[in-house]
Amino acid sequence: MSGKIYGLIAEFDSPAAILRAAEKVRDAGYRRWDTFTPFPIHGMDKVMKLGNSLVGWVSLAMGAGAFASVVGLIWYCNAFDYPLIVGGKPMFSPPMTFVPAYILLIMGGAFGALLGMLGLNQLPRLHHPLLDKKRFELASRDKFFLVIGAQDEKFCLMETKKLLESIGGAHVEIVEDKD
Amino acid sequence: MEELKRLAPPAELRRAPVVEGRPNLGALTDKLSAFAEGRTPRWWWILFLPAAFAATVIFPTCLFYQVFTGVGVWGNNHPVMWGLDIVNFIWWVGVAHAGTLISALLFLTRQHWRTTIGRMAEAMTVFSVMMAGLYPAIHVGRAWFDWFMFPVPNSNALWPQFKSPLMWDVFAVNTYLMVSTLFWFMGMIPDFAVLRDRSTTRIRKTIFSFLAMGWTGSARHWHNYEKAYVVLAGLCTLLVFTVSSIVGLDFCTAQLAGWHATIFPLYFVIGAVFCGFGMVMVILIPLRKWCGLEKIITLSHMDKIAKLTLVAGLIIDYIYLMEFFIAWYSGDPYERWVFSHRLFGHTYMVMGWILIGINVGVTQLLWFKKIRSSLFALFVIGLLINIGMWTERFVIVVGSLYQDFLPANWGKYMPTIWDVGLYAGTLGAFFMLYLLFVKFLPMIAISEVKGVMPEADPHHPLGGAKNGGRQ
Repeated sequence: MSGKIYGLIAEFDSPAAILRAAEKVRDAGYRRWDTFTPFPIHGMDKVMKLGNSLVGWVSLAMGAGAFASVVGLIWYCNAFDYPLIVGGKPMFSPPMTFVPAYILLIMGGAFGALLGMLGLNQLPRLHHPLLDKKRFELASRDKFFLVIGAQDEKFCLMETKKLLESIGGAHVEIVEDKD
Repeated sequence: MEELKRLAPPAELRRAPVVEGRPNLGALTDKLSAFAEGRTPRWWWILFLPAAFAATVIFPTCLFYQVFTGVGVWGNNHPVMWGLDIVNFIWWVGVAHAGTLISALLFLTRQHWRTTIGRMAEAMTVFSVMMAGLYPAIHVGRAWFDWFMFPVPNSNALWPQFKSPLMWDVFAVNTYLMVSTLFWFMGMIPDFAVLRDRSTTRIRKTIFSFLAMGWTGSARHWHNYEKAYVVLAGLCTLLVFTVSSIVGLDFCTAQLAGWHATIFPLYFVIGAVFCGFGMVMVILIPLRKWCGLEKIITLSHMDKIAKLTLVAGLIIDYIYLMEFFIAWYSGDPYERWVFSHRLFGHTYMVMGWILIGINVGVTQLLWFKKIRSSLFALFVIGLLINIGMWTERFVIVVGSLYQDFLPANWGKYMPTIWDVGLYAGTLGAFFMLYLLFVKFLPMIAISEVKGVMPEADPHHPLGGAKNGGRQ
């Protein structure tokens, strides 16, 4: 396998075409492949067996972490480090911490969602081999691309190219990895 | 197309299309990114220059004069210690709320029409929260001690007092700013990629490549992105109901007649949404025309915004009724005094009647289809709602403070030129930022709008399922 080849790219015209093509590539036994579309395609996650995204868990963890840290912070500040009597109320009681902790839960959850999304997607990245392809610029416009990676065990330049052409892919080309 | 006709529901049940004129995906992309890429039109400069003047000259002048001299330059004085600064703070927070409601709550309820206006509403949120956050920071008088509000270890060994709603405000407003900015930014990542791929000059390419962070539109990326978007939308929806509630708590924990009411958190949330929808109308109606987006932000969308405004307005009217009823029913002479003086007092009764006239009277015009389909009428109503809601905050803040329990303690309040100048400055800064956003960033969520087109559904006849993907 050549280190210079990133994969083979094929172009499709419609959401239905890329969805059917994805089904066929999956049935042909490939594992390292991906589709590139201007918007999420309904049903593609099922075809690609992507399962449930972990972003929700990252968000929950960061949100819960923020909640617990604020409760701890308030206990530390107002009851432990410098006990402060306000209106004769207890130094610390869980309900009084709720509002700031809840607000910071939202903040933590939001950062968790964004950072989780970026982390799981391995973004930000400054370059991607596909971005060298002139036609790939249409992936954010109105074309739908399917890429089979050269890392795939079943990848074979001729066979894979034949498969992509047989399922209706246009402009089947090699993507080079210049890094 | 035959298939499409067979599947179509009867005319009376048919929904208005999200985008008129059935553009294909390519043409739609051209249309949506045209304004950020084209030449700057003259109207943009005509609006931008005065806004930029207010933002860069009037705003810092009023700000620095107040910070260097003291809160005394404003009209605030005993007994009215909360004046225009707090009125404007609540007003700006309110303007922000409609943006979050449109972009988050309508996303969770799967309202497809929100895709076209969501981004512009979110930008409105981000910029108006910036303006709102400024007011409490300088209202404290010694702005250089603002850091006391954050739990920072310091040589005085003092910590913030976390039991106070005023302290919660600090967290709420800062969180609101951060989270709505994150939501806005994350929504733009795929659209930055669109602008990156379309860019013709090297500088545009570089800037948008950085902003898009290497987005390729991979199915795996979309998969995580959609999840993150739902989570963020859910969290933002919580914020809609939290931030203004906490502002409301600032008031209702006080003993003052007119403030001490349990309805306040809800009252402020609905008031905020109502005011924000007014601002959405004021911003969208001219922009859709000048930016050539009439087929994207359609009359049907404006009709829906007007209906939501009417709903918020009716809840507000109910709350006014309840306030007066509870004041009477409580039998508390101070409550009765304050509420009768809102409408029949001597100093500020005009404000009370403006409030009733606009928020109760003018809002009812939105019942009529004829009014809802007239853009001019909607624009004027939007402006009036903003004025009405500003007046409402004035009536609540000043109206309760100027005559409290002891007549010896009564006083009057009149804003000074520095109060008004600062407000003009924040308005200028808001519109300057907004115009910059419209000119340089994707002001419509390009990928979201494409995603709700009929062609985008692989199971729809236009998506190509029946003819093998070839159209």
